[in-house]
Amino acid sequence: MKKNLTARTVIIVATILLCIYGIIGFPTSGAAVKENIAKNIRLGLDLKGGTHLVLEVQVQDAVKADADQAMDRLKDDLKKQNIQWTAMDRNDPQTVQDADKVEITIKGVPSTQSSDFRNVVNEHYSTYILTAVNSTDYTMKMKPSDLLDLKRDTVQRTMDTIGNRIDQLGLAEKSVQQYGRSGADYEILVQLPGVDDPARVKELIGTAAVLEIDDVKDGPFPTRDALLAQHGGVLPLNTKPVKAKPRGSSDGEQWYLVSKSPVISGREMRNARPGQDEYRKWETSFTLSQDGGRRFGRYTEANIGNRLAVVLDNQIVSVATIQSKIEDSGRITGLGSEEESDDLSKYLRSGSLPAGVKYNEERSIGPSLGADSIHSGIMAGIAGLIAVIIAMLLYYKRSGVNAVLALILNTVVLLAAISYFHAVLTLPGIAGVILTIGMAVDSNVLIFERIREELRSGKSVVAAVDAGFSKAWWTIVDTHVTTVVSCCFLFLFGEGPVKGFAVTLTIGLIANVFTAVFVSKTIFDYELSNQRQLGTLSI
Amino acid sequence: MELFKNTNFDFLGKKWPFIIASLVLTVAGLSSIAMKHGLRYGIDFKGGALMTVKFASAPPVEKIRSAMKGDVSVTTMTGGGAVNEVEIGTELANETQLAKNREDMEAALYNAFGQPNSGKLDLNNAGEQAIASRLRDPLAGAGVSLSEQQLHDLAGGITSYRDKQAGGLITDFNQLSSVPGVNQAVLGVLEGQCYLAPFHVLQVQVVGPKVGADLRNKAILATLYALAGMLVYIAFRFEWIYGLGAVIAVFHDTIITVGLFSIFNEEISMTVIAALLTLVGYSMNDTIVIFDRIRENLKLSRREPLDVVMNKAINQTLSRTIMTSGLTFLTVIALFLFGGPVLHGFSFALLCGIIVGTYSSVFIASPIVLFWHNYTDKKRVARVPVTAAPSRSEPARKTPSRAAK
Repeated sequence: MKKNLTARTVIIVATILLCIYGIIGFPTSGAAVKENIAKNIRLGLDLKGGTHLVLEVQVQDAVKADADQAMDRLKDDLKKQNIQWTAMDRNDPQTVQDADKVEITIKGVPSTQSSDFRNVVNEHYSTYILTAVNSTDYTMKMKPSDLLDLKRDTVQRTMDTIGNRIDQLGLAEKSVQQYGRSGADYEILVQLPGVDDPARVKELIGTAAVLEIDDVKDGPFPTRDALLAQHGGVLPLNTKPVKAKPRGSSDGEQWYLVSKSPVISGREMRNARPGQDEYRKWETSFTLSQDGGRRFGRYTEANIGNRLAVVLDNQIVSVATIQSKIEDSGRITGLGSEEESDDLSKYLRSGSLPAGVKYNEERSIGPSLGADSIHSGIMAGIAGLIAVIIAMLLYYKRSGVNAVLALILNTVVLLAAISYFHAVLTLPGIAGVILTIGMAVDSNVLIFERIREELRSGKSVVAAVDAGFSKAWWTIVDTHVTTVVSCCFLFLFGEGPVKGFAVTLTIGLIANVFTAVFVSKTIFDYELSNQRQLGTLSI
Repeated sequence: MELFKNTNFDFLGKKWPFIIASLVLTVAGLSSIAMKHGLRYGIDFKGGALMTVKFASAPPVEKIRSAMKGDVSVTTMTGGGAVNEVEIGTELANETQLAKNREDMEAALYNAFGQPNSGKLDLNNAGEQAIASRLRDPLAGAGVSLSEQQLHDLAGGITSYRDKQAGGLITDFNQLSSVPGVNQAVLGVLEGQCYLAPFHVLQVQVVGPKVGADLRNKAILATLYALAGMLVYIAFRFEWIYGLGAVIAVFHDTIITVGLFSIFNEEISMTVIAALLTLVGYSMNDTIVIFDRIRENLKLSRREPLDVVMNKAINQTLSRTIMTSGLTFLTVIALFLFGGPVLHGFSFALLCGIIVGTYSSVFIASPIVLFWHNYTDKKRVARVPVTAAPSRSEPARKTPSRAAK
């Protein structure tokens, strides 16, 4: 054991150097030390301040939009094939959980044409399953595998879009990731350290943006009742009344009657920008997806002179007249001001979210609170540590120095591991650090008490130290393994903060086995090997 | 210095007063929870909208209350380092309504205390970006030409001064003259474009009720799994009854601590859950140390009755128990006294947990093992009058099975 003292010392020194490098890097000045620490030890939002948002992607929107498109195409196809039908509609589930229930109902297909009808559907709508309700009525539902793909794709695209928009803030750090809460796989977690203005972030993300461009059938009317009165109190087939977003407070309400199924849905909107035309009039230009562009081209060509409404979240934000055929890029001209053009392009862009989002959680922690809690946390930590050090030195005298060194080294290794693993230190993580320090103190106390016992039973110093370490070893293993086992479960089944606690604690405990046993024993051995006449031990 | 040398207290003989005290505490805690209709959950677990606002002077609670519409609670924060802070919150609403409530609360605050119609920017609640874009043109207009980088440095300097040095609140524009890049001209522009509201929003939290319930269930579930995992490991290393004893003791600590939270009307938040996990780990550690010593002693002296062996083990580890608990207690006291409002619940839980966790190892976990062995021994003696010789070939460091005497 004594022989490999040099080897052990080398291992320890190398570890210390590696850890210190992990925390402070190669600093060239005092300021660089501070800077590197701030860079390497990443603090969580609760300590640093920032914005934390959990959004639920309303995947049912995407499923409904897909069904709407399928309905439009099916109507065209059936017309071409001269197949009759009396009604075609879909249901309207409102929650994420009901996304699977979206269903198209087709009624009144003559039984003589049923085989033709089946052929059309099976050939062109391979993502749907056709079920016959009776001889003339059918339902169409998306296949489970395609439904799953569509939902996943919707979440992914929402994440990409949100990520792109947040880039406009020009942040050094940001994280947009899927949030795997049980039974809710459609959530996205957005974390923005240092941004404590969630209103601005939400504005960028676009709150509940379901965008449609609808065909305007009639309007404007001052009230909903006036609109209904015009049509004899009954809404015409496939239309819906929509209110316009008030421009100023003085304007009265404006109601329009628009087509129920949109000409273009927000999913096909690729981009939109404010700008000015050749006469310095404000306008908004936009681009559509290829597929959307083709359909928009066909539609606008046939409907020049008709009006279109930009409907955001069931509110009309703009009404424009079709001047010419528009394919994949177009302009909405004649806007009143820069602000109006800016807003409209923002609305159009926000529509490119494939589905609406709902905020399930929002936290913003001001940096001053973060700074306060770090400051008081550190002050308390230092006060506690000093008290522990004094008590250890008083109670175990010279050997207490060992314990203190091991304790400090443990903290250093823990911080270095956080830096190397790119872990984030949060408030619950600090709880893990506190338990680590508690258990590190405990390991040392266990060993020292054991050495004292062995000394009391009359063993020589060297034998007592060896026996103390080897007997305490299994206790330390048991306590540490038990805690690490529990951490594994906390990590597997716990959520965010609980996970952070588990990670820090596990790292800390592994570090502690190294520092409290290996390092402390080496120091003892070193001291004892220097003492020629094996006399006393200050413990 | 040695405090507890060769002590020989009869701990297990005095177990009943402690077990009864534990039961009383448990019942008191549980009935407090029942009487108060459940625990006082923090926003993390019950859902709601909560704003923590710091005021420049003593917060005008009545004025805030009257400014808020609807069912809004306004409480002054006390304890820790909280100075002039209030919490404004609503709870129990669906996600969409919550988002609206939160906006209403913020708007009401600005209407009552800010200058909503002046068209100026509130410097005490603006972000770096907002300040930079607000100042860009006016600064250029005032003849202060800055590059984009310099502008952001200036805005960053102002927010950093506000958040770090001024504790979130600037009360006088002249305070800013110490910020690098701020000169008389810049100050003039600042005063023209901005105002200083007498409050600063420290924290906003909006948690949907679904998320809250889910977080709570997951935390409880994860803890239960962790306890089961520990039970299996201890059962494997010792005997299953040791695992059960340790887990019951830890469970007992948690129940009592949660009960104390109810009695003292403290709030259960996510950080408190972290503290509860810490105390589970701490108490488990304490129990295993004692169990380990019992196992060791059992191997050395097979002839002695179990309660004598246990008492000896507890006495032998007494010095370390007091030392470790005492030292950990010191740290937690420091945290409780100086840790500030954010760490208040956390340190309170640990404070209770360390006391309860230390005595539960001695007076709950060990008696459970003792009761069980006395029970099985009696049964075995009754059934098999002639005892079999204990097996001598036990594996080196495994199950310390007690053979019948």
